[in-house]
Amino acid sequence: MTPGLRRRVFLAAAAAAGALLLWGLTGLPDYGVYAGPYGDVLNQVAVAERKATNVVASVTFDYRGVDTMGEEYILFAAVLGVAILLRAQRDETEQPPDEDAADRHAPATSNAVRVIGLTLVGPVVLFGLYVVAHGHLTPGGGFQGGVVLATAALLVYLSGEYVTLRRVSPELLTDSAEAVGAAGYVAIGLLGVGAGAAFLANVLPLGQPGALLSAGTIPPINLAVGLEVAGGFVLLLSEFLEQTLVIRRPGEVT
Amino acid sequence: MRFLPYAVAAWLLLVGLYGIVTSRNLVHAIICLSVAQSSTYVLLLSVGFERGGTAPVFLDVPVGTKAVDPVVGALTLTDIVVGATVSALLLALAVQAHKHHGTLDPERLKSEQD
Repeated sequence: MTPGLRRRVFLAAAAAAGALLLWGLTGLPDYGVYAGPYGDVLNQVAVAERKATNVVASVTFDYRGVDTMGEEYILFAAVLGVAILLRAQRDETEQPPDEDAADRHAPATSNAVRVIGLTLVGPVVLFGLYVVAHGHLTPGGGFQGGVVLATAALLVYLSGEYVTLRRVSPELLTDSAEAVGAAGYVAIGLLGVGAGAAFLANVLPLGQPGALLSAGTIPPINLAVGLEVAGGFVLLLSEFLEQTLVIRRPGEVT
Repeated sequence: MRFLPYAVAAWLLLVGLYGIVTSRNLVHAIICLSVAQSSTYVLLLSVGFERGGTAPVFLDVPVGTKAVDPVVGALTLTDIVVGATVSALLLALAVQAHKHHGTLDPERLKSEQD
């Protein structure tokens, strides 16, 4: 099929699909007029039931906790897939990253980038931990905080070299962070079974709304997810960097 | 204005698909997929929006304050995480395709198979 023909076939199909979509969407309630009962019910009862002031966190990690576990394993499987796809192939060799390789000379990092990067690492780690730890109180949580934590590793790479990144985030550490995070979610779920309730039932003491130690299992799950996401994203980052800097095809000048 | 966010969602989906269909570069196609997927964020959040509603976080405001739907917020969070990881997986596939065939153009990748 030529590109021109394909474009015409798509435009015809898109016009039909677009018309169908618009027809369907006009059947929705007007924008700004909320119709469904669930959001209103949750906004009324969730704080009293779960003692978490962030209702989105109650929904994600408690009411829909099993779904979020599935989501966490999608992330786990995707990171695993990337690690498998980007490992050294049969005919490839791994070589120590040579920043002075003849064909890919890495420009020296400027002092400005180095200073700003290293200055930001500390605050970024602190902010990431804050976002993970306060997920049940204010907007945030394990997914968001985990990504913030992973950017700290990127800052280390930007202000140093690849070997520096590997030194501050050794493979064993990122791998185990990811594994402990993934297993931790299930372990917290099994607490519920152990207490004679359902899997992922919120069986820990709930405390008072607004307190850092409150909302039962929601903060521990946030912590597990934060570990998993931070480990997973650092692993993704290192895999892509390794692909560029360490793995060599046969015949490639090094 | 009552319909605009839904129309934006439909537009994002179709324009993203158009990008994928006409793409000449796999990285471009992956970004187009992200654009198409972002239509689901717009649609979900629009469905849950209530005029005058605040965020469903009751730390500074008392329970009972008018707030938007927290369920769609949680669904959008899931959506974003899955979108990011799928992009990473597809980019890894693109890296390998480029290594083995020396091109990221879907047309040329296809003609190599013939």
